[in-house]
Amino acid sequence: MSTNGYSSWAVDLAEVGPVYPFQGYEVLMVIIGVAFWIGWHRIQFVREGEHLEKARHTGDEEKVKAQLERY
Amino acid sequence: MDGNLNALTTVFTEFYYWVTVVFMFLIHVGFCMYEVGASRARNHMHTLMKNIMIIPLVTVTFFFFGWWIYWAFPNFPFWGGLDTEAGAANLPWANTMGTNLGDRITGVFWAAFLLFSWTAASIVSGSVIERIRSSALWVHAVMIGSVWWIIDAAWGWHYGGWMVRILGYHDAYASGVIHAIAGGYALGVIMVLGPRLGKFAKDGTPRDIPPHNPWLLTIGIFLIYTGFWGFYAACNVPVIAPEVIDGQITGVTWTATNIYLAPTTLSAITFNFLMSLSGGLMAAYVISKGDAFWTFSGGLAGIITASAGNDLYHPIQAMIIAAIGVVIVYKLHYWVERKFKLDDAVGAVAVHGYAGVVGLIIAGFVLWGVPSSPYEGYATINPVGQITGAVIMFFVLGFLPGWILAKMQAAAGVLRIPEEVELQGLDYAEHHAYEDAKAAIIEADKQELAARAGAAAK
Repeated sequence: MSTNGYSSWAVDLAEVGPVYPFQGYEVLMVIIGVAFWIGWHRIQFVREGEHLEKARHTGDEEKVKAQLERY
Repeated sequence: MDGNLNALTTVFTEFYYWVTVVFMFLIHVGFCMYEVGASRARNHMHTLMKNIMIIPLVTVTFFFFGWWIYWAFPNFPFWGGLDTEAGAANLPWANTMGTNLGDRITGVFWAAFLLFSWTAASIVSGSVIERIRSSALWVHAVMIGSVWWIIDAAWGWHYGGWMVRILGYHDAYASGVIHAIAGGYALGVIMVLGPRLGKFAKDGTPRDIPPHNPWLLTIGIFLIYTGFWGFYAACNVPVIAPEVIDGQITGVTWTATNIYLAPTTLSAITFNFLMSLSGGLMAAYVISKGDAFWTFSGGLAGIITASAGNDLYHPIQAMIIAAIGVVIVYKLHYWVERKFKLDDAVGAVAVHGYAGVVGLIIAGFVLWGVPSSPYEGYATINPVGQITGAVIMFFVLGFLPGWILAKMQAAAGVLRIPEEVELQGLDYAEHHAYEDAKAAIIEADKQELAARAGAAAK
């Protein structure tokens, strides 16, 4: 049993094509990959919105002035 | 791979592109250093993170659809349908898009194009620092990096692209297909985004916002030069036989070619890269009266201006063309800034966008009548084709999509950070925690010292 279809390299390499595991499930892998990508944007977008809203009210005037001086 | 010569050629080509990709990584390192050096301390971490995350986001989307666009879109939608046959091997579920002993070139070729995608997105990233939301920039990064630039590459940077065939468009080292489009896109975004607080006085006079760390900025641009050299090599096919090109070239002499499979040499582009860098540096030094950062950027703008024709120019032509481009770019940057009150934080619109456009137009005149392709029936290089190409790159595929998406984001209130946050800095929370922790440990150490001094006195 082998996840990529080869359990030995006793082969003519001219006859060998893809060697990654789970061949035949490429479309499913793409769907999972796209969901991961879109999900990442969603999580980041929500978190950044919350962070910026909170940050609007957290600035201490003296500390902000000190930051401006630091350039 | 059948036959030792074929095998050797394939392995050499595979290794050649792999090396260029590693060199091109330095472009992104340089952009990160440049952006961080140009930003103020209160925004450093966010500025860095904004650019770093371009890498994974553009990479995965270029895998999912960007690479397929390049192969499927050369004539789509105006001059034919999608080329599904050529696109098939480059779909994300194709078995050539993975570990495949029958295909040794797709991955490195994909990566060479991908690094150009990072560059396109990174150019936009620099112009919008210190006031754009990261989430907004990252959507722009995906659009410019995995959609718009690769459409323009399919049209004008592909041996069968309609712009090459019909317009005689020639852009060997991407004056237009990377730089003009990214500069145009950045212009569209900053027009909607607006300037940083304090950039313009009440009477509209622009204020300089000097870099926080000029040395980081300097090293950054030198790394961009280095990576750009790798980029030049990546734009070539390193060695190919005329019978493989299957065009009009006669004889059996193998050659390097540009992306259009028209002959050039590594020697030529080495001459021209260095001479256009030099022309740009020298002109920028004079026009900016020795301003260090304009001089460095002028070197880059010089290469970008000459890039469209650097596969064919004489080195002295490359030098002069670079110098002319830099003078135009410098003047145009300040005119646009004053006239339209635009804040391009790193001069990306000028150095990439204007230089790219100027370079395309100059190439149309200097290379007038030269074949754009080794294939029969293609238009030769000409000024009308190059000017039309410049409009398509800068305005149609660059400015318009950037402006429209930024308008949508602004309307939804998700483009720009709140003014309070802009003033206190995007890293306020991190700095606040850092300063508090620093004060606490210094105070604790002082108390410890005082306690020991007290004990010793007793």
